[in-house]
Amino acid sequence: MTPAVSDPLLAAAHTSTTEAFGFWVLAPIAVLAALGMLFVRKAVHSALLLATTMIVLAVFYLAQSGPFLGIVQIVVYTGAVMMLFLFVLMLVGVDSSDSLVETLRGQRLTGLLLALGFGVLVVGALGRSAFDDVTVVGLGTANADGNVEGIARLLFTDYVLAFEVTSALLITAALGAMVLAHRERHTPRKSQRELSEERFRSDEHPGPLPPPGVYARHNAVDFPALLPDGSTSDLSVSRVLVARGDVQDVQPAVETTEQRSIEAGEAPEDVRPGPTQGGRY
Amino acid sequence: MSFPYAPVLAAAEPASVAQASGTADLTWLLLAFPIAGAAVLLLGGRRTDRFGHLLGTLASAASFVVALVLWLDMAGRDVEERATIQKLWTAIDVGRFHVDIALQLDQLSMAFVLLITGVGTLIHIYSIGYMAHDPDRRRFFAYLNLFVAAMLLLVLGSDYFVVYIGWEGVGLASYLLIGFWGRNPAYATAAKKAFVANRVGDVGMSLAIILMFTTFGATDFVRVHAAAAGAGEGTLTAIGLLLLLAACGKSAQLPLQSWLGDAMAGPTPVSALIHAATMVTAGVYLIVRSGPIFDLAPTAQLVVAIVGAATLVFGAVIGLAKDDIKKALAASTMSQIGYMVLAAGLGPAGYAVAIFHLLTHGFFKAGLFLGAGSVMHAMNDTTDMRRFGGLRTAMPVTFVTFGLGYLAIIGFPLLSGFWSKDKIIETAFHEGGVEGWTLGVVALLGAGITAFYMTRVMVMTFFGPRRWAEDAHPHEAPAVMTAPMVLLALGSVFLGGILAYGGMLQDWLEPVVGGHGEEEGVTTLSPIVVTLLTLLVVAGGAAAAYLQYGRREVPVVAPVGSPATIAARNDLYQDAFNEAVLMRPGQYLTRSLVYADNRGVDGAVNGLAALIGGTSGRLRRLQTGFVRSYALSMLGGAALVVGALLLVRI
Amino acid sequence: MGVQNYLYLSAILFTIGAAGVLLRRNAIVVFMCVELMLNATNLAFVTFARIHGNLDGQIIAFFVMVVAAAEVVVGLAIIVTIFRTRRSTSVDDANLLKY
Repeated sequence: MTPAVSDPLLAAAHTSTTEAFGFWVLAPIAVLAALGMLFVRKAVHSALLLATTMIVLAVFYLAQSGPFLGIVQIVVYTGAVMMLFLFVLMLVGVDSSDSLVETLRGQRLTGLLLALGFGVLVVGALGRSAFDDVTVVGLGTANADGNVEGIARLLFTDYVLAFEVTSALLITAALGAMVLAHRERHTPRKSQRELSEERFRSDEHPGPLPPPGVYARHNAVDFPALLPDGSTSDLSVSRVLVARGDVQDVQPAVETTEQRSIEAGEAPEDVRPGPTQGGRY
Repeated sequence: MSFPYAPVLAAAEPASVAQASGTADLTWLLLAFPIAGAAVLLLGGRRTDRFGHLLGTLASAASFVVALVLWLDMAGRDVEERATIQKLWTAIDVGRFHVDIALQLDQLSMAFVLLITGVGTLIHIYSIGYMAHDPDRRRFFAYLNLFVAAMLLLVLGSDYFVVYIGWEGVGLASYLLIGFWGRNPAYATAAKKAFVANRVGDVGMSLAIILMFTTFGATDFVRVHAAAAGAGEGTLTAIGLLLLLAACGKSAQLPLQSWLGDAMAGPTPVSALIHAATMVTAGVYLIVRSGPIFDLAPTAQLVVAIVGAATLVFGAVIGLAKDDIKKALAASTMSQIGYMVLAAGLGPAGYAVAIFHLLTHGFFKAGLFLGAGSVMHAMNDTTDMRRFGGLRTAMPVTFVTFGLGYLAIIGFPLLSGFWSKDKIIETAFHEGGVEGWTLGVVALLGAGITAFYMTRVMVMTFFGPRRWAEDAHPHEAPAVMTAPMVLLALGSVFLGGILAYGGMLQDWLEPVVGGHGEEEGVTTLSPIVVTLLTLLVVAGGAAAAYLQYGRREVPVVAPVGSPATIAARNDLYQDAFNEAVLMRPGQYLTRSLVYADNRGVDGAVNGLAALIGGTSGRLRRLQTGFVRSYALSMLGGAALVVGALLLVRI
Repeated sequence: MGVQNYLYLSAILFTIGAAGVLLRRNAIVVFMCVELMLNATNLAFVTFARIHGNLDGQIIAFFVMVVAAAEVVVGLAIIVTIFRTRRSTSVDDANLLKY
């Protein structure tokens, strides 16, 4: 670290110890997060790991005299783009995850080998390039007026055409997204009356479903209501609970009551707990 | 525009033939009447059914009247001024190639025009009776008129090109008329056979015209004949042989003779007019008309004579065995045309003789055919001579006219055939040398065989016991049929004598076909000796036939006969020969070509397509639709690029 | 520490992103891996800008971000559309466009 350079953002011709320390701490995090993207099953976790990598990269941009890019990285990428990803993830189902069975034969092995080979090649190529001979100029001069001003100067002089074209690209992308996401309605929207008539004409139950049973000792939703003939109503409990097998059985309680009443010499009919709320079912 | 082709020989401007003027201006009327008749009858359709036959006959007769007027006019002029050309319009005018549709009316054409219109009109009249009960009579007359027009164009054209138009026209008319009763598949086949055989000849004609055009740069008679002397003998021989091929097709000479016998499928008047009197003589006309070319190509001329001699024996032998009266007469026609071709092959000495025999033959053979038609008419369309016999009492007029035709054809002294056929044999002997002797003896032999088979026809039809079928009630034909027969019989009797009187026809034709030939040749046998020899042979043939068929019982069912008889009955296996030599190899060639095309050409193309298709089919399996597979290959490509870069940098 | 370490990191992150594209089947995850690759290149660009001492690299990285944003918008819209019709976000399910 040379004493001439006071502002770390403007210097960076050489890496300072601080920068080296930061790199060695943050780079493994970025690599691990990226690798994690490969191996976690849930897409949401992948998104979080990607966000981690992106933030690490933003820090690196800042460390490399690119404060504007670093901030944009956080605002646009980690903010907007990742939000978009998460939004779509919510849209298509947050728990959507890959199955572990590879559908393409040999894809996994070939892909891994090829990626590994590619990485070795690129890293090898970098290693062969004699960076030691190259003097790292650093952005001290370029950023003399400030990084944002430097970028702005370039952007509105040399790259102004590309900049304008980019605006067209963005508008096109926005329009394209609208067109793609637009759903054409082919039939007129049904009125409330039509919906109601439809419901009554169908074989489905037209009114509200019966609530679960409310008993002296139990009034949770996992207890089905009893019908006048003593059987339980399937409609009174949520299907989810049925599927999970969490529905409690009313009968044991009834039985114990019955036994008790028999022991007491009473008629079982009298002690049978009727549904507290009247229902046809 | 310059014409890219330069003819070998500059053709001289026509000078020797005067442009038509005065009465000769009417030449076009000869054609106009029958063309108009055919057009009205064909385009008019059923509306003209009632008067179609009368209109057709009238058109032909009008043409005949014009021909007579023109003839009288021509005869009244000096010899040098008799030939005229009437130019109608220009057909082709490209660079230096010029073809006029022009009618050349000279002495030779005149003879043909009179024969065609005269005999044609008589046969029209006869057909009124013969076809009276045919529902398609109007169409028949339309075709007859079409034929007359085409035939007149053929003999009047002043240009080989125009002749070719007429040549094709008569071929078409012949096809239409042979297949007139085409509902019978055999008849339709016969028509096709005639057409195909004629096409072979027509190709020869078109090739000859093309060769003339490339050699002389012109195709009209005057310029071609004037320039012929300057051309090489090889070229002239080629032209001559091609013209001979054309003549063989049209005139049923070897080797294109096979169609004539089957052509008898047409109505009998057609056989009389087209396949006896006129169209089949077109070949003779072509050879005589092209005399200046043949005179300069002795080889071609010799081939003509040999073809004629061979055909005359061939036809005569077939005629010996045929039981079908029309087929016997057809074989006779072939043989008699062989005589004419033989004479035409003898050079200037024979041209006039050939035309002489052609004219007399036109009359007596037409008469014979009309007689045969009359007999068939009376015998419920039976043609088997073994079912005839003893008809002379039942049909006296037919008997007499047929008999006169018979006497004329065998060369009975002082009748038409005697003068013309005797002259041919005499001219053949005059030729001298091995050639002359051979041709003469063949011609003499032919006369004997002719006498035999014609006597056989005569005896089997009109003499002996009646071998009629149960339901046959022979009766004489109506006057509308017998009148033409009588007129033709008169022609058969007297025409020869008239034309031969003082060499009248030869003098008449001399400006066109050349001299008598009396000054040349070796006098091997004097004319008297030849005549006596001929008479002797003819008498021998007739007597033999009489002994064979007149004295003995003629079985109703033909006996098996000797191998020679069977061969003759089968037309000397001409069809088998054609099938074996031309049809089968042609079929095999076609089949092998189809095979080669299917397997070789198609195989190569299809194989290539299959190869590409198969490869593509396998390659397209790479397009799995899985994005990740594509990404894999992309990454592989990127790795390759990086690796290549590394290698290059090292 | 040399500046080239950033480049090594960039290469490793890019490779991991590529492997993710090849191995993951959830379209959204694949898409995120693509973003990871883009980010890795951005890091390289920024590092090169530092090495050469001018801001062109940062400008390029900036444009990459803009294009990536546009791409994400359209790409996610496509994924949503596919999901709407096929009830799946697996890239292997959308394989009708083939031989």
